[in-house]
Amino acid sequence: MVTMTDTALTHARAAAERVVDPEMPMLTLADLGVLRGVDTTDDGTVVVTLTPTYSGCPALDEMRHDLRRALHDAGHERVEVRTTFSPPWSTDWISDEGRRKLAEAGVAPPDRIGPREVGGPVPLTLAPPSRLVRCPRCGAPETEETSRFGPTACTALRRCRSCAEPFEHVKEI
Amino acid sequence: MSSHHETDDENVPGTERSGADGNVYDALATADDDGRWAFGTGFDAGTAEIDAPAPEGVDREDLAAYCLMLADDALIASQRLAGWTTKAPELEEEVALANIALDLLGQARVLLSRAGHLGAAEPFRAGPWDAQRSGAGPLPQDDEDVLTYFRDDRAFRNVTLVETDLGDFGRTIAWLLVLSSWRLALMQRLTGSGDPVLAAVAGKAVKELTYHRDYAAQWVLRLGDGTEVSHVRMQAGLDAVWPFVEELFLPHAVERRLADAGVAVDPGGLRAEVDAVLDQVLPTATLTRPERPAVGLVGGRGGRDGVHTEALGTLLALMQSLARAHPEATW
Repeated sequence: MVTMTDTALTHARAAAERVVDPEMPMLTLADLGVLRGVDTTDDGTVVVTLTPTYSGCPALDEMRHDLRRALHDAGHERVEVRTTFSPPWSTDWISDEGRRKLAEAGVAPPDRIGPREVGGPVPLTLAPPSRLVRCPRCGAPETEETSRFGPTACTALRRCRSCAEPFEHVKEI
Repeated sequence: MSSHHETDDENVPGTERSGADGNVYDALATADDDGRWAFGTGFDAGTAEIDAPAPEGVDREDLAAYCLMLADDALIASQRLAGWTTKAPELEEEVALANIALDLLGQARVLLSRAGHLGAAEPFRAGPWDAQRSGAGPLPQDDEDVLTYFRDDRAFRNVTLVETDLGDFGRTIAWLLVLSSWRLALMQRLTGSGDPVLAAVAGKAVKELTYHRDYAAQWVLRLGDGTEVSHVRMQAGLDAVWPFVEELFLPHAVERRLADAGVAVDPGGLRAEVDAVLDQVLPTATLTRPERPAVGLVGGRGGRDGVHTEALGTLLALMQSLARAHPEATW
């Protein structure tokens, strides 16, 4: 049986899932994996749960604002956006659709890194990073890092050795 | 910005992005928030973990003090790194240092909010800056902002390493290698904390600090094993930072008590791991581990007790003076 609440929840979810990332607007917050949940309470309040990509993500406030606005515009009067830090966001949460959209926009998507080991010291590797990042423009595998940090907290800068185009890469965490 | 995106906007009312599609004034015209305080943005009460009560059997004041220690380490380090903005040797390194500062600021904000939730901000809501204010009563700002802008140096609980002058790029990199190796070892252990906020902050911080340490280590290698000049300056930077390393491993009474309660980390236990990292990096970079006496505590008290070097005073003056002169400014 479909209840009123189910319908409202489906509607709210759809509205929240359309909101795009303020810094990488080719992605929705759902594609990016930072939209962790949309629920409704007994009194009809829509509760959206959001998680930041990085602790200091400057876009978090805008995401909250955009979510509230999108849900208000979709007819939901009472909206609460909650932020949660645990479990910590991982680039593995970027959807396949999100990866496709990133590549299409000229941003190299992150590799999948799988679950990390818990406990014990985090090893330090002094060798240069050996990860293969293909050029999102020409597909060539020969690319080099030009800057460890990029214009947003989650990207690094690279350059293609084949077509010489510079591009952003969503770095794996 | 892209045509793909504009199409989305036409079809989906309510998701239009100001700025992204040209009309940057949209956000101003449709803003539904009240005026924002000019010097901070504040987490709302909607941050899930921050509202959690202190774990059973854990002293609330101790937990607040511990959150302040870890917050202040990150906040002051972040402010120091921000001093490189517009002055770094290359644009890429400026972006890197600013990004690291931003990660640390993010860690600080959650921890300050947690300390505030446990009552740490209340003593600082009234003060001499009241004379600048038209309204009566305590400061209305969020806890994290009160703790950042309206505490005096004696109320800061950071280790002195983070407040020291960063000098040249070599010294900054030495400072960052030590700081990120130490904080990573600490945060890695803190992921198992009995306090849900500390565990959550640590879970994110481990990923960030791993990247910071990697960045610092790569630069230590490049400069230490680089030219004659870069080697000399890298070694000098390491030497300058070294006297402040000892304090990182001295446990404060609050850290001891909370470590026993399964909430905090005793920093004494971090030394072996930090040493192992330095022993891996320094010889590879052809650098010598310095043998220099530690900067001592004053009467057994150091940064964790609010006893700081003079460097903190000027840092705080830069960070706080504007907010204190205009405590009610909004935009």
